[in-house]
Amino acid sequence: MRVHLTLNGRPTELDVAPSDLLLDVLRDRLGLTGGKRSCDVQVCGACTVLVDGGPVSSCTYLAAEAHGRQVMTIEGFRETPAFDQIADAFARHAALQCGFCTTALVLTTHALLEEGELTDEASIRHGLSGNLCRCTGYRAILEAVADLAGAEASA
Amino acid sequence: MTVIDVKGPTVGAGQVGRSMRRVDADEKLRGEAQYVGDIVIPGMLHGKVLRSPVPRARIVSMDTAAAATMPGVVAILTGDDLLDIDPFWGHAIKDRPIVAIGMVRFVGEPVAAVAAVDETTAEAAVKAIVVEYEDLPVVGTLDEALAPDAPLVHDGPTRPGLFHGLGTLPERDGNVCYRYRIGTDEVDPIFETAEVVVEGTYEFPGVYQYAMETHGVVAQVDGTGITLWATCQHPFLVRAEIAALFDVPLGKVRIHVPYLGGGFGSKSYTKMEPITVALARKAGRPVRIVNRVDESMVTTRRHNARTWMRTAATSDGRLLAREARVWFDTGAYADNGPRVTATGGDAAPGPYRWSAMRVDALCVYTNTAPSGSYRAFGASHLQWVGELQVDEVARTVGMDPVEIRRLNLARPGDEVRRGGKPLDADLVGDVEKVADALGWDRPRDADTGRGLSVGLLAAGAHPVSSAVVRMETDGDVVVLVGSTEMGQGQRTAMAQIAAEVLAMPAERVRCQGTDTRFTPYDRSTGASRSTTLAGLAVQKAAAEVREDLLDIAALVWPHPVASIELRDGAARCGGESRTYPELIARRFGLSGGQLTGEADVHPQGTGSYAEGPVFWEVCIAAAEVHVDRATGQVTVRRTATIADVGKAINPQLVERQDEGATMQGIGNALFEEMVYADGILLNDNLLEYRVPTIEDLPAHSTCVIVENGDGPGPFGAKGCGEGAFAGIIGAIATAVADAGVPVRELPLTPERVWRSIQEMQEDHR
Repeated sequence: MRVHLTLNGRPTELDVAPSDLLLDVLRDRLGLTGGKRSCDVQVCGACTVLVDGGPVSSCTYLAAEAHGRQVMTIEGFRETPAFDQIADAFARHAALQCGFCTTALVLTTHALLEEGELTDEASIRHGLSGNLCRCTGYRAILEAVADLAGAEASA
Repeated sequence: MTVIDVKGPTVGAGQVGRSMRRVDADEKLRGEAQYVGDIVIPGMLHGKVLRSPVPRARIVSMDTAAAATMPGVVAILTGDDLLDIDPFWGHAIKDRPIVAIGMVRFVGEPVAAVAAVDETTAEAAVKAIVVEYEDLPVVGTLDEALAPDAPLVHDGPTRPGLFHGLGTLPERDGNVCYRYRIGTDEVDPIFETAEVVVEGTYEFPGVYQYAMETHGVVAQVDGTGITLWATCQHPFLVRAEIAALFDVPLGKVRIHVPYLGGGFGSKSYTKMEPITVALARKAGRPVRIVNRVDESMVTTRRHNARTWMRTAATSDGRLLAREARVWFDTGAYADNGPRVTATGGDAAPGPYRWSAMRVDALCVYTNTAPSGSYRAFGASHLQWVGELQVDEVARTVGMDPVEIRRLNLARPGDEVRRGGKPLDADLVGDVEKVADALGWDRPRDADTGRGLSVGLLAAGAHPVSSAVVRMETDGDVVVLVGSTEMGQGQRTAMAQIAAEVLAMPAERVRCQGTDTRFTPYDRSTGASRSTTLAGLAVQKAAAEVREDLLDIAALVWPHPVASIELRDGAARCGGESRTYPELIARRFGLSGGQLTGEADVHPQGTGSYAEGPVFWEVCIAAAEVHVDRATGQVTVRRTATIADVGKAINPQLVERQDEGATMQGIGNALFEEMVYADGILLNDNLLEYRVPTIEDLPAHSTCVIVENGDGPGPFGAKGCGEGAFAGIIGAIATAVADAGVPVRELPLTPERVWRSIQEMQEDHR
């Protein structure tokens, strides 16, 4: 089936099977490998991309569902001014280690900041609870995102 | 074993000891960092593995005909394709076939593999292979494995692997594949007469490391040899094992290691490389296999273990003797079980001044997933047990947990393992620091408990590392070193070490992933060894380049070399200066050249395990928990850890290591557990196997960095990153016990804690 979407700001037309997952189409067919596959069951969030501005797990999202929508991956987001501020906060706080969950956290943080959902520590903990990170233990991520949100974080 | 301890030039360049931005931050934030699953090479096929659905069975027949004729299927690998080689591997014990031959020993064991044009086709073909199994009695638990009439998981003779490193391997005894015994019978009379004796049996769960990136390999087999892109922490050991397995020279096996999406031990030694190479060999084309999570979960896991332990003390709190027997469930294949067993045996006594101790640790086969390395192995299994008993003694004699430790802990220079390296850390000082950091003496709320735990982990593995440091014509530096960047910040630390020696900004030093064809040998990335050993090699190699720069500078200025200073990327003498590029041009002319330094670190003694370790990694943490007595829910409110690192190369990254280890320890202590029934894993996915999320982060956590300059590594550094894991498990266990709940089994799930509370109340009725 034919799918028309806006991918990283560009009109894009794709032929996909009804069962194709968005993550596979992005990674295997389009070479957009910044999003990662890990749990396959929408727990880890490593495959997060933005669809119409909101974070979705692309491992459980049909490519066909993206028809008529705006899809943003890290490859698109890193070219926008909003990326630099988030990346700088994550780097300053060393809120990344192996990097496998990092692009997903960057995209999720951006979406939640845009929606004004990150107001205090509790909202950051709630908002990021769908993004696993096995390396950092989350303290650095909490600090970085609190910094971005202008919120106080416990220590 | 003494590691060569060249005190490299400390020129105060300010590169070591600063929290520089990670050198890999931008690549990772931008999604440009490459991992094995991102790599595509021309002609590459996709591989999928057919895995056993039963824990123990004879393979009666296998029919691949339907799968073979499916469009897009290129090759199917079965045991019949391995007749030209000895297909058994395993770095400790060579007990494991590349694919099952004649029988299967655990659910998830590879039985066959398919290479096809895409993953969907490979997956469909795997499902079309028909295997008939004849079920055999299952050895599902330690009890079943140790029963007098237990079926044998393995029945052939023990064949030592290339890297067991534990002296002569004993012959298998029933299902016991390795045994580690230390101590003496002098414990017996002490227990007979001691005023205080505490005793118990404790259960530790099997857990999954969950590196978010699963195991993955791209393999190519052609006239030039075997080329791999693999998720491996120890590429040089994998290279040797692949060369031996496929009977080719070392130089014809080439392994590339891109970024790893976490390791934690799960990618140590050989894992998915043999089956991927065998499949690519059959297909005659490159093949990529990337595990799903449920596959990586049974590729390697952490040992579940049972410990019986007793501790003797005087009525005034002096610790006298300890005895322990430990059974490690290594699953169907030994993997790193023998080493885990030995390290656990060493951790069992704990770092106290015993009059006598005796430990007997056994490594046991069962029909479950093979068990191997996971951060702070051995110490994580044993420290919580020993520390619970120290606290039990303290409670019995009416002493504070800090005080009893202050009285009994080993002091620097004390022997902590007979014939091994003496204690190289100030444990009493560390305990006082961690207690302060937690707020040990603060008033406490109802239903809270506080605990702290102390231990040591034999760290460093085998001390062999080498490095090349090159200064390019423009003054930038490239470091070639074979340790793997898996998130710990190894590339950043190596850049800082080289930059310190060369008196230049670390931002101008690059450190890349391993390509075994060009990167010099490094034993492994694990046992907290990279900064200490690879770092020492980098320091020494950089010192050679430094000497070169000074030699050239001495041609510029007719003064003694001692009057020439290297600072901020230039040689300086009197009021004059020459930049490094100017010095390089002076030697090579305008077309440029390279200054190269090369160095290695190697053992001074025989290099045996008994002579080690390279250093004792300190495992100290404290925790405050709240126990909801109605529901059994344990909440970790506050943690403190000690990073006793000798010298922090990058203080921020040291803290981040402790924070990560703390969170993994919280998962291991409170809720992570692989649940088996009759050899079948019941929770083989992340919905049912829960790992910590940001909501599990304690409200407060502190990491105290201790820099006593007492490490054998560069600038007095020693490794970190694992100790807090063992420390925090012990701290949580002792804190829950302090809250009045008996602790005998981890994880401390609400149900388990609630039952303990109910049983205790019934006992009191």
